[in-house]
Amino acid sequence: MKEEKGKYQPLTYFQMMEVSLRELLVEKGIVTEAEVNAEVEAMRSRTPERGARVVAHAWSDPSYKQRLLADGSKACEELGLEVGALKLVVVENTPQVHNAIVCTLCSCYPRMLLGIPPDWYKSRNYRSRMVREPRVVLKEFGLEISSDIQIRVHDSTADMRYMVLPMRPAGTDGWNEERLATLVTRDSMIGVALPRAA
Amino acid sequence: MQAKGDVKPRFRIGERVRVMKAYPLGHVRTPYYIRGCSGEIERLCGSFPNPEELAQMRDGLPAIPLYRVRFRQQDVWPDYGGSAEDVVEIEIYQHWLEKV
Repeated sequence: MKEEKGKYQPLTYFQMMEVSLRELLVEKGIVTEAEVNAEVEAMRSRTPERGARVVAHAWSDPSYKQRLLADGSKACEELGLEVGALKLVVVENTPQVHNAIVCTLCSCYPRMLLGIPPDWYKSRNYRSRMVREPRVVLKEFGLEISSDIQIRVHDSTADMRYMVLPMRPAGTDGWNEERLATLVTRDSMIGVALPRAA
Repeated sequence: MQAKGDVKPRFRIGERVRVMKAYPLGHVRTPYYIRGCSGEIERLCGSFPNPEELAQMRDGLPAIPLYRVRFRQQDVWPDYGGSAEDVVEIEIYQHWLEKV
């Protein structure tokens, strides 16, 4: 059957749940419509550029990098980035180790730095296979990791959130932070891609 | 990160631990695939209210230690196809861990 664009589409079960719950909360005076909208706006305004700023700063300042690896949340606050109650753990890629992030239980994601997660991150396919056969999954993303490099998969199951600190690409000597940040993609901070200097 | 009244940490970094092979009902944050597997403590993340209690609308106190545990992929998946050095790291609450 062809999808009829622009015609009325019935709500899905979960959309219906969302609308019902939201309307109830508003009716009972627990939140206002304006607060809900403001929160949605705030969520949309968080983009991977925040994470890229953190990475570029860590690439440029070795002592900041040490602080970032020791306490991710605190180091983000240094840059004026609010991380909230969840603890941020930053894991560093090195010539010997490649890190990648997944949440097998649901879809925990460092939203405070990367914004709204991509759909594939929430898919059953990625979530179940990333822990089971990470090298195969990474290959599907176009990333082949040599067998002498250890792969560390981080399953984000509880109160921590993870971000990968990728390696600074060669050929970027003398670049300032702003320029470096343009290389840092969302996927490179999830660990399914590498930043490359074009 | 450890406050007065929290459950005391029982494990040290580097210590070998096994995840309990238990299947309680309700909200649990220990993935199925890791139950019964052994690994080593990578770090202590601090203490957090018990999510299994929070899910029942209780306060989850006293807070319990949460660890990151590192498992060799080969120990988790007997037919693992990658490198022998590959690992998976998972956050596990203390009451799910036992000494090996």
